[in-house]
Amino acid sequence: MMNNIFVYLEIEGRTVADVSLELLTKGRKLATRQGCRLEAVAIGSQLDGIEAQVLPYGVDVLHVFDDPKLAPYTTQPHASVLIRLFKEEKPQICLMGATVIGRDLGPRVSSALKSGLTADCTSLEIGDHADGKTGKEYKDLLYQIRPAFGGNIIATIVNPEHRPQMATVREGVMKKEILDPKHPGTVVKHKVADYVPDTEYVIKVIDRHIQKAKHNLKGAPIVVAGGYGMGSREGFDLLFELAHELHAEVGASRAAVDAGFADHDRQVGQTGVTVRPKLYIACGISGQIQHLAGMQESKIIISINTDPDAPINAVADYVVVGKVEEVVPKMIKYYKAHSK
Amino acid sequence: MSLKIVVLAKQVPDTRNVGKDAMKEDGTINRAALPAIFNPEDLNALEQALKLKDAFPGSTVSLLTMGPGRAAEILREGLYRGVDQGFLLTDRAFAGADTLATSYALATAIRKIGDFDIIIGGRQAIDGDTAQVGPQVAEKLGLPQVTYAEEILNLDKKIRTITILRHIDGGVETVEAPLPLVVTVNGSAAPCRPRNAKLVMKYKRALGAQEKAALMQNGAELPYADLYETRPYLNLTEWSAADVDADLDQCGLNGSPTKVKTVMNISFQAKENKSLTGSDNDVEELVVELLSNHTIG
Repeated sequence: MMNNIFVYLEIEGRTVADVSLELLTKGRKLATRQGCRLEAVAIGSQLDGIEAQVLPYGVDVLHVFDDPKLAPYTTQPHASVLIRLFKEEKPQICLMGATVIGRDLGPRVSSALKSGLTADCTSLEIGDHADGKTGKEYKDLLYQIRPAFGGNIIATIVNPEHRPQMATVREGVMKKEILDPKHPGTVVKHKVADYVPDTEYVIKVIDRHIQKAKHNLKGAPIVVAGGYGMGSREGFDLLFELAHELHAEVGASRAAVDAGFADHDRQVGQTGVTVRPKLYIACGISGQIQHLAGMQESKIIISINTDPDAPINAVADYVVVGKVEEVVPKMIKYYKAHSK
Repeated sequence: MSLKIVVLAKQVPDTRNVGKDAMKEDGTINRAALPAIFNPEDLNALEQALKLKDAFPGSTVSLLTMGPGRAAEILREGLYRGVDQGFLLTDRAFAGADTLATSYALATAIRKIGDFDIIIGGRQAIDGDTAQVGPQVAEKLGLPQVTYAEEILNLDKKIRTITILRHIDGGVETVEAPLPLVVTVNGSAAPCRPRNAKLVMKYKRALGAQEKAALMQNGAELPYADLYETRPYLNLTEWSAADVDADLDQCGLNGSPTKVKTVMNISFQAKENKSLTGSDNDVEELVVELLSNHTIG
């Protein structure tokens, strides 16, 4: 059977990245909806047994390309595998993480196949499409939904004529869920040399440093986030103080990160981290769509803002109209007073 | 060996400062309400190019952009900082291009520029945030790519290799790549140098053909018309699709596999919320409530 749904697996060491498992979960649902198979592609080194991490997510076929030269990741060998494999298999959909690797690899592959690629999708659905000009109707296309234009609008992108329909999705946007620990799937081991000519190994990785993450924003049960309204890097100190008291992590809006008030890895939103804490305290954040896309599933949202009409207030459970620098110290004071 | 460097840049609406008047009633964007700027990461890329020019005297830096006539503005911004020549790729046939059609058009223009060692641009533009054009240009030209670059550490002229520090998820790596290649530069890289006063004097009257035409509307005379004959460098190069031999089926809307189905100015379902003031009373009540339902503490 052809025209299946493919997910590129990102592998660090011998571990499949969470973002890939999240995409397998989404890919499984799409494949069931489309009545096709879910296939995954593992490219790397020492991949024996990798299927144990992958098949439980409902993968029907796992393609394995195992060669010492394929790890660590470099662009052209991985691209070469996907381009040749996709020419043979003709997938209808290909999903990748919107990670550094996915954003390096996806466009190269889509360019070679002359297919479309939509970056940083926040939602993927199946639906029909009628071309406004030609009147031509298309059944069961992939709706690639993403905030656009700096996050001020939501666009639905379709790819009517070209295959595969390719999309990247940030880590944390989709939820990973094991389908069946005993899901039967086939493992196909390919001969790497048939897919990667020697001429593709042109870039040498001569040094590599992976640091342990300094914080766990994605998994934090409470997030205290600041926006451009915090005014400065020093303004964020107050948020760190509140976060320390509440055992929370500090997040930031894109505007605050762009202004240099907070580090890039603390950015919450479509082009940052997606969080679903039990409590999200938004301080001086106006609430662009691209920010809301990364936090609206928080269980309880408090917005502290001088503007009673800030867009973020629409998704908030509690709206505190006031100055952050006055409200937050009071929160700290009363938390200390009552938590004992 | 001197180097030939092509910098890719885009003029973008400043989406970082979108005010309330930037959206029209019908949910579309009021572009006129947004200032047009030099895409920030393209400035980081320009700085890396100018550093190479400093290190290898005799090198030339060409700046290539695609856009409407007014995008000549960023060519001047480049010339003010040390760019040697600017090219504006401009044609109605390019309108509505997605990243694939954009990359195709840029690749044809780069072939027309011809001789190059390094093609360098920003990682992504702030109006789309896709980061796709750099890798797609590399693929179209059959060149290696190094994305998310932080710094060019070394360039060995003899063996024609370049060493680049780049970001990866959760860290950094150093890679060695052969020339020619495509590099995309991260926003955390060194900021671009300011305009040079002498170069501003030299190029401030530089204009593209469409800008000149706009100035001469309704029979008005072009200011300082003589200058454009005596100082040819004041005439910014504009190329149409035909000038770069572009296949129109691969340009603009025609050449774009992705189509925008719908655009929505989304309004979130307003939740029922509790409105509080910042008074001691209200804040204390809030904290007590959160503690009692075990949201905090």
